[in-house]
Amino acid sequence: MTLKVGIPRALLYYYYLPLWRTFFEALGLEVVISRPTTKTILDAGLQNSGDDVCLPVRLAFGHVLDLKDRVDVLFLPRLVSIARREYICPKFLGFPDMVRHGISGLPPLIDPNLNLYRKDSPYPFFVALGRNFTSNRLAIYLAYRRAMHAQVRYVQLLERGLFPEQALALLYQGVAEGQESGGGGPTVAVIGHPYNIYDPYISMNLLSRLARSGVRVCSADNLPETLIREQAARLPKHLFWSLGQRMIGAAWHYLQSPDVDGIIHVASFACGPDSLTGELISREVRRRGKPFLNLTLDEHSAEAGVVTRLEAFLDMMERRQFLPVRESV
Amino acid sequence: MKVTFPHMGHMWICLSAMLEYLGVEVVVPPPSSKRTLTLGARHAPEFACLPLKLNLGNFMEASELGADTILMAGGCGPCRFGYYAQVEHAILEDLGYKYRLVVMEPPQKHVGELLSKIKYITGHSSWWEVVRGIRFGYQKARMVDELERQANYLRPREIHRGSTDKAFKRALQEIIAAKHPRDLPQAGERVRKIMAQVVIKPRPVLRVGIVGEIFTLLEPFANYDLERRLGYLGVETDRSIYLSEWINDHLFLGLVRGLRSRKEACQAAPPYLNHFVGGHGQETVGSTVMYAKQGYDGVIQLLPFTCMPEIVAHSVLPRLSTELGIPTLTITVDEQSGEAGLVTRLEAFIDLLARKKGVV
Repeated sequence: MTLKVGIPRALLYYYYLPLWRTFFEALGLEVVISRPTTKTILDAGLQNSGDDVCLPVRLAFGHVLDLKDRVDVLFLPRLVSIARREYICPKFLGFPDMVRHGISGLPPLIDPNLNLYRKDSPYPFFVALGRNFTSNRLAIYLAYRRAMHAQVRYVQLLERGLFPEQALALLYQGVAEGQESGGGGPTVAVIGHPYNIYDPYISMNLLSRLARSGVRVCSADNLPETLIREQAARLPKHLFWSLGQRMIGAAWHYLQSPDVDGIIHVASFACGPDSLTGELISREVRRRGKPFLNLTLDEHSAEAGVVTRLEAFLDMMERRQFLPVRESV
Repeated sequence: MKVTFPHMGHMWICLSAMLEYLGVEVVVPPPSSKRTLTLGARHAPEFACLPLKLNLGNFMEASELGADTILMAGGCGPCRFGYYAQVEHAILEDLGYKYRLVVMEPPQKHVGELLSKIKYITGHSSWWEVVRGIRFGYQKARMVDELERQANYLRPREIHRGSTDKAFKRALQEIIAAKHPRDLPQAGERVRKIMAQVVIKPRPVLRVGIVGEIFTLLEPFANYDLERRLGYLGVETDRSIYLSEWINDHLFLGLVRGLRSRKEACQAAPPYLNHFVGGHGQETVGSTVMYAKQGYDGVIQLLPFTCMPEIVAHSVLPRLSTELGIPTLTITVDEQSGEAGLVTRLEAFIDLLARKKGVV
């Protein structure tokens, strides 16, 4: 019987699924992914986590609960650092412990530390991870190679303009269910953490809603890493959050790009890093004067409110096109 | 050049002692107040944590007194504090303040960067003088911490309510007044005499440990004078972090022996929190474990709203509290906090501890 490994559809799922999934499958394990977010999943997460915890982490609790009774082991890597001299967010560092002490009756957790703060290669992480399932070093090495290869392909697809769900569908089902749209419409950059903007339930279908309104949408993940880092290097001090780097680098790139007509910044309520990076972004936007919408999401967000604000934002962009900005009065 | 820095409890005593000893002109911001917070909260990002808002208010008020240079500490994450100075500076710049910003970053590549900043602030003092200045500031921090510890012991036991605080204020003035390292021994003598005048009687008291984020622990304005309030409720308190311990751990890298160190706290944190999470998250969990083992009656965790490391710590506290049998109370503060709500919760918590111990 093959061992079932559970991967929650939350947090950095949208960045790293091909990496984890390919690695486990190459080792002959069965990967079970939690179901797409629903109200039930979110509610379960809310009931089992503290009030002060941010929405993405509470949602991740819900996804862990969704997997709890369906898998043999749960894969919750402790993502300490995914790039040199950078962290993600304290909650990613503590997530396995928060889950372990917040939910009872869990299957065994596999939570090796991924820490690239002073290292470049994630290989030791995969060795530690693979050791849980096999003692065959060669098999681990080969699985690692395949996983890295899959990840590179995935990132290439994103950089070609696909969003994670389309890219994952292409990788695993061989089909691209496109939301290709926006012929002639304006282009909007959506800047936000992957677990907020790519989860259709949490973002209230933000991306497809925009696409249906004839807007061409792009996000930080459509940009190559080097470009993002080049932009973020303009900050007075190296930013020590990897996701913050992406947000700021992408926002600043899109601000300068003449093809992008507006920017939507999506943050979850009380998000720590976003409170500072969002501030830096909105200050820069004010200096340059591009249409900007700051959407804050939490478990109480109502669809009608979001839709109204989105419509107002799109109207504003439309008016801008018909009423060219008067250079001098 | 008129140097200012943000407030954090009594840190200003130690910092201005050091800077003034080195001949730097210092502008101490007015003590943090409602006005400071209002000013800061108006211009800071909504979800920034309370310390950032108060820092910003401090700088705005210090500018009214003529300060033109900000001295700040940096950091390398993942706690937001490491990026405070840059964001605060951007906000002040947009508001039209003309501040020079000097950030003491922990040296990542080479130590020269840090040394050149110290040189920039201290001007033509020799390195030997700089070392003596730092030592002077540190000695004052030790004295203030000792004084606070004493006050926390005396307050629940005093016969005349308020006598401890009166003596504390006078003693603090003695420490502030010492302008040279050679004045410190006499000042210490006078402090001892003043504190010895507080009349106490032995009575059963509750012992509560206070853990959490360093700024809210150290700044009485941010925590609504928690230690004093608890003292008046008949509780002897101990804090998991004192300024001198923090300086020893982070700036002297543990050079001074015999002080309590964060290492022990971090080692006590597993299995509840197995990894550092930035800020003082792991220390909070570890200190709670240690207080439980030392027989304390309860633990209070303090944090500013949206503080990430403390939220992680808070998530594992319920399990810890059940398994080790130590009651915990978490208090989150921000610009919306109200005093009455806090007092009610404190009284309820202390009643609960008193019943449990049978000292009603």
